[in-house]
Amino acid sequence: MLLDAKIPTGPLVEKWDKHRFDLKLVNPANKRKFDIIVVGSGLAGASASASLAEMGYNVKTFCIQDSPRRAHSIAAQGGINAAKNYQNDGDSIFRLFYDTIKGGDFRAREANVYRLAQVSNNIIDQCVAQGVPFAREYGGGLANRSFGGAQVSRTFYARGQTGQQLLLGAYGALMRQVKLGKVTMLPRQEMLDLVVEDGVARGIVTRNLITGAIECHGAHAVVLATGGYGNAYFLSTNAMASNVTAAFRAYKRGAAMANPCFVQIHPTCIPVHGDYQSKLTLMSESLRNDGRVWVPIKPGDKRAPADIPEAERDYYLEKKYPSFGNLVPRDVASRNAKEQCDAGKGVGETGLAVYLDFADAIKRDSLATVQKKYGNLFHMYEKITDQNPTERPMMIYPAVHYTMGGLWVDYNLMSTIPGLFVLGEANFSDHGANRLGASALMQGLADGYFVIPATIGGYLAGMANRNIDPKGQTFLATRKEAEGRISRLLAGSGKGAGKRTVDDFHRQLGLLLWEHCGMARNEKGLQEALKTIPAIREEFWHSAIVPGTGESLNQSLERAGRVADFLEFAQVMVVDALQRKESCGCHLREESQTPENEALRDDSNYSHVAAWEYTGTDTLPTLHKEPLSFENVQPSQRSYK
Amino acid sequence: MSDTSKIINLTLKIWRQENGASAGAFKNYPSGPISTDMSFLEMLDVVNEALTRQGEEPVAFDHDCREGICGACGTVINGQAHGHQQGTTLCQLHMRNFKDGDTIVIEPFRSRAFPLIKDLIVDRSALDTLVAEGGYVSVNTGGAIEANTILVPQQTADQALDASECIGCGACVAACPNGSAMLFVSAKVSQLALLPQGKPERAKRALAMVRKMDELGFGNCGNERECEAACPKQISITNIARLNREFFKASLFSREK
Ligand SMILES: Cc1cc2nc3c(=O)[nH]c(=O)nc-3n(C[C@H](O)[C@H](O)[C@H](O)COP(=O)(O)OP(=O)(O)OC[C@H]3O[C@@H](n4cnc5c(N)ncnc54)[C@H](O)[C@@H]3O)c2cc1C
Ligand code: SF4
Ligand code: FES
Repeated sequence: MLLDAKIPTGPLVEKWDKHRFDLKLVNPANKRKFDIIVVGSGLAGASASASLAEMGYNVKTFCIQDSPRRAHSIAAQGGINAAKNYQNDGDSIFRLFYDTIKGGDFRAREANVYRLAQVSNNIIDQCVAQGVPFAREYGGGLANRSFGGAQVSRTFYARGQTGQQLLLGAYGALMRQVKLGKVTMLPRQEMLDLVVEDGVARGIVTRNLITGAIECHGAHAVVLATGGYGNAYFLSTNAMASNVTAAFRAYKRGAAMANPCFVQIHPTCIPVHGDYQSKLTLMSESLRNDGRVWVPIKPGDKRAPADIPEAERDYYLEKKYPSFGNLVPRDVASRNAKEQCDAGKGVGETGLAVYLDFADAIKRDSLATVQKKYGNLFHMYEKITDQNPTERPMMIYPAVHYTMGGLWVDYNLMSTIPGLFVLGEANFSDHGANRLGASALMQGLADGYFVIPATIGGYLAGMANRNIDPKGQTFLATRKEAEGRISRLLAGSGKGAGKRTVDDFHRQLGLLLWEHCGMARNEKGLQEALKTIPAIREEFWHSAIVPGTGESLNQSLERAGRVADFLEFAQVMVVDALQRKESCGCHLREESQTPENEALRDDSNYSHVAAWEYTGTDTLPTLHKEPLSFENVQPSQRSYK
Repeated sequence: MSDTSKIINLTLKIWRQENGASAGAFKNYPSGPISTDMSFLEMLDVVNEALTRQGEEPVAFDHDCREGICGACGTVINGQAHGHQQGTTLCQLHMRNFKDGDTIVIEPFRSRAFPLIKDLIVDRSALDTLVAEGGYVSVNTGGAIEANTILVPQQTADQALDASECIGCGACVAACPNGSAMLFVSAKVSQLALLPQGKPERAKRALAMVRKMDELGFGNCGNERECEAACPKQISITNIARLNREFFKASLFSREK
């Protein structure tokens, strides 16, 4: 397998312009002769579908939900970054590029990240033109806030529902193309496999989630924008339907999977409170601007927070990181919370929580001021926990949130399978080993609005064989395999001794990953996970109960298919975590720490992207390395002290 | 589930229907022990897990984000869309709002424009069709001007966002005795009528979306205000007044047809 990143030559700032000039173009009259499949209708998929259709391509867009507007992107709260420098606080494209590379702990490609920073400004222009109601200043200009520990104010937002407003903009653009007949929208359709013919992506096999019909769809290019795989952990902040199936099927058909162990664990989520729990709720990171994180100094202190005097509280982030304090990056905040809880200082019923206290902010700025800033978050917290955070400190704990890893793509966002492009959270491209707050929305929209419209033409213009036959042999064979899998999943249905539900297996896998491939990882734990996963998988295929039939709407079957893929994919995550013996960003290998217990990178051995090639379900994948070179920034050890 | 004071038992009367063509009926299920900390959907998960273990098909219901923003969830609980708590989606309704021994009636959104698919799942794609009719600004990617050349007074932006908070759940339609989608349409029309970006297509949008609404089988607005009461995002019916103004102005003065 050849990993050619196709990074354009020339100076960093000119690469994207130069590349767009060098790319072959598809003649405007010929665009209508090309069919493009887009899987996913989140920010990446909706923006790509709309933009490609506007250019004249015929687009078919698929999503799992009943409406494209419900894709997981809708849930993003905090905001979207851009290098507009409206605040005159020293921001620039280069600074956004630099912060993203550094935040990612020097494990992302310079050229991709620079392009991302460049187009960030066009995204804001585009969204405003669509009527996205961003927050505004009194003068009518756009407002910004600082977010996720950035030293400049570059985050654009719409209350606590930025993702919703951006997605409604992209969804509007998509529906406009539906009306114009350039996009065929196929909701409640799940991609089950990728069709690869003569080494080239030619289409997909889907299941109609209402009728159960298995369908073949052909196209000249396939664009995956299917989101992240955080739900491998069972509990995460992701929506329930988020899954790895589409990406994993592509991997099994030959697309390399890059850095799958890079999983972001967000520090401020509502703690787990029962074994029935189905998902975790994020509390926006902006809360750390005013909330102080603490635990009791004495392990096992079960007193109510109000009864613990100031002198017996440990404000551990402020103590350990005097210059960043409560605003350290996500990975650092998460790890420290875990460390405190491991030391027995965790609070709440389970001991797996720390306090986020607004008492001082309320004393300083008044209750009304604090309410104005965080009222909706406090309300949401109270709805879930029945506690009022202005009276009693909030309890928070880290939770799986975002996956930096994903399918490997080159500068054109094309995977190792020609004709298969991957956008948004589903690819690995821009965030290295840790993503900065408000940068995922930026990347999804950059990929969909600005990158893919330019790069896909380069592929299509040079395409040799344009005849695609969805009734042909390859399609039929792929479809048969998908049908076979469904029959196998249903074969185990029916109750009986030793039978377990799909959720039960998923929860077991999630706990295992959380334990051994979560916030801190070590050789022994990872080896154990690697041994245990195939055993769970084996039992799953024998004992999972999947009621109902394949010929109708069957949510149990849908879940079973996704969990089956997680059970295979988890192994690739663990293998990747084992291979990377350094600590970097979110990935803390306990064996690789500084004397002060901070993550220790190893640039001489691990300054590479780890891209994995599928070799079989029961064999380990093969590692390919894409070396990373830094010509414009100097990798340094991150320090937030 | 250690804290027994937090455990309740309920009787659930749930609508079961194999598909749109078959007949449906209520079936009774004991909930088993339920923690009052659970959300309504987590309670349904527990019931479904038990059904699965007994070899029965679990109850089908739509859901995804489980934090009140995607608009996927929604059924009628004891006669009210999304349940009795104001301004709350079903996924945000917690079981502490119910008492031990309660009987809860759970049925799908019922409306002419929302055909039933299975159990509690209905087809709300008519709402997408309405948006396709004009719920956007017709601007192609790449054609945008520098963002800060469009100034929007803060108050206007806030009002537009109030309207744009609609999650497209369809509760307003289900709650309306006439099955009207006026609240949904008015939220989109208002957002774009308020903003300078939406002005050029203002008349066309109002006319097209209202006409499409009739065509899709949604009823007329009879000023019953049930929609506003059911709306989990508390979209105000003042938006309907604005839509009416937009529509009449457009029908009287506009050359759009
Ligand atoms: C609670 C929360 C808050 C967040 N807040 C922020 C924030 O403030 N700022 C920020 O920058 N980022 C934030 N993020 C991250 C960001 O929201 C996501 O990374 C981003 O929205 C992903 O967009 P996407 O288009 O790649 O995928 P998604 O939005 O996840 O969309 C995936 C699409 O693919 C479809 N799909 C998936 N699998 C299949 C299949 N097999 N067949 C057919 N269709 C399929 C789905 O139906 C869906 O349409 C947040 C994330 C969470 C969980
Ligand atoms: S107006 Fe309210 S009830 Fe109607 S679809 Fe929007 S959010 Fe739902
Ligand atoms: S599940 Fe998304 S709004 Fe309820």
